[in-house]
Amino acid sequence: MNETLIQDAPEDSPIIQIVGMHKWFGDFHVLRDIHLNVKRQERIVICGPSGSGKSTLIRCINRLEEHQRGDIVVDGIELTNNIKNIEKIRAEVGMVFQHFNLFPHLSILENLTLGPIWVRKVPKKEAEETAMYYLEKVQIAEQAEKYPGQLSGGQQQRVAIARSLCMKPKVMLFDEPTSALDPEMVKEVLDAMIELAEEGMTMLVVSHEMGFARSVAHRVLFMDFGQIVEENTPEEFFHNPQHERTQLFLSQILH
Amino acid sequence: MAVHPISDADAIKPPKTQTGVVGWMRQNLFNGVFNSILTVVILYILWKTVPPLIRWFFIDAVWTTASEACYAADGACWSVIYNNIRFILFGLYPHDLQWRPLAAIVLLIALLVYSRDRRRWRRSLLWTWLAGLFVMGLLMKGGLFGLENVDSTLWSGLPLTLLLSVFGMVAAYPLGVMLALGRRSRMPAIKSLCVVYIEMIRGVPLISLLFMSSVMFPLFLPEGLTINKILRAQIAIIMFTAAYIAEVVRGGLQAISRGQYEAAESLGLGFPQKMRLVILPQALKIVIPPTVGILVSAFKDTSLVVIIALYDLLKTTQSVLSNPKWMGFSSEAYIFIALIYFICCFSMSDYSRKLERELGAGERR
Repeated sequence: MNETLIQDAPEDSPIIQIVGMHKWFGDFHVLRDIHLNVKRQERIVICGPSGSGKSTLIRCINRLEEHQRGDIVVDGIELTNNIKNIEKIRAEVGMVFQHFNLFPHLSILENLTLGPIWVRKVPKKEAEETAMYYLEKVQIAEQAEKYPGQLSGGQQQRVAIARSLCMKPKVMLFDEPTSALDPEMVKEVLDAMIELAEEGMTMLVVSHEMGFARSVAHRVLFMDFGQIVEENTPEEFFHNPQHERTQLFLSQILH
Repeated sequence: MAVHPISDADAIKPPKTQTGVVGWMRQNLFNGVFNSILTVVILYILWKTVPPLIRWFFIDAVWTTASEACYAADGACWSVIYNNIRFILFGLYPHDLQWRPLAAIVLLIALLVYSRDRRRWRRSLLWTWLAGLFVMGLLMKGGLFGLENVDSTLWSGLPLTLLLSVFGMVAAYPLGVMLALGRRSRMPAIKSLCVVYIEMIRGVPLISLLFMSSVMFPLFLPEGLTINKILRAQIAIIMFTAAYIAEVVRGGLQAISRGQYEAAESLGLGFPQKMRLVILPQALKIVIPPTVGILVSAFKDTSLVVIIALYDLLKTTQSVLSNPKWMGFSSEAYIFIALIYFICCFSMSDYSRKLERELGAGERR
């Protein structure tokens, strides 16, 4: 997997820098004064109650949402209103959605090769080889010729992860990847994500899977009312939460 | 704790319905007083109408006689078709050159039948079509390779109808898709231009557009410059059909979830790629049935060019009927061209259903 981790900057330089970022939906202040640095190969889990702005935060990073104040710099490129090559940044930032969002009119293999062929201009044959490599990694290679509608939710989400990986991204964003899945399918998706983490991928994961956060995250962020309320190592975060709201949230989800 | 054994699936069969002819009739025709009465009444009406119709159509009909024999016959006078078929189909086109439009039509049908199979949709098919269209144009117009030149004012009958409708549909479809995309654009100038265009065209009947293109439009052209009358009618038909297709396609675009746009964007696809590879294939598939509805009605609407004095299939038929010899036999003549229209329209809807089935394969959710 070394080819996915081409390092063109020193290890400690942040791949994502967010400084004083604000975002509004109309009058509603969704994100307030966000500061966040993500180092290469760092894995961050973001949790918090619904409506706290977690998803909006990571969607700002590949500019599916536009922020209104502050700065976001991804891989050395600042995201501004007159940015020309937003596609270039998006190609470097993989995203996995809650509802998979596979392309239903294309086969699994075509879903995986679409980006590499049209964005990266990879020859078709090579793109298909890469696609099969990643499908095997998420243990779903035998389904390559099927269509998304014929797969279970867990399988679809693993395909979605493979689809992002085929672009050889520098960062992977996960927007509640397991929350639309039936309980018995959560594990297969988390296993794929853990394997990815072990290979050193930079990951930002919005999730309530606390087991996952404990085993792979370097840092856990807790968000509430559009702010990052608390951030800590998983160990400290779960055993010694500082903030009252964090304590309340954890008591609710951990019982 | 009890473990329920899974019962043998073969042991239970679905409840038996009454089978056989009698069973079927009891279930479908005579299940209740009201349905029984309805069945009897309808059988009576059919018995009264169908035999006389068959007698008129076939048994008492005359087929290849002169017009005098028709007045003596009790049944249909298909001789009106037999004696005038060349004028009905080819109209004013020079009599001894009528093999040319016939060959053009045969070529068109051959190309359409060949293109039915989706596996043949390759780039080479596009070139085949372009070559085919060139040959068809050459056959109609002449003036090259020793073919006698035929002025386009003489183009009439079925070739004219097919020309107006095939070109109308082929040009209107992409234009309609562009308009639909324009109407959803975030750029206000493009958006309002498209809205104004679509609403204005949809707000007037096709007849008035045809009138405008044939009467008003030439007034604005500099003196000496004239645009072919058929071309003007063609443009009006394209503009009209495109506006309707645009609205149908817009409906299809709205049916695609935001997630599809976001997934395409997050892969780094630009706008044209996102639309062409992800959004339009799905949106256009959804709207196949209403699109074909519009294309079918566009096909039939080409008969409106009669009012700007173009001799399409309907007009050539009417001309035949204005001949005193054949005046009384309009039913037969109109039934004949209705059949031609039906065959064309039915093949279109039949093909659309086939296409829908094929594109839907493997995509069940």
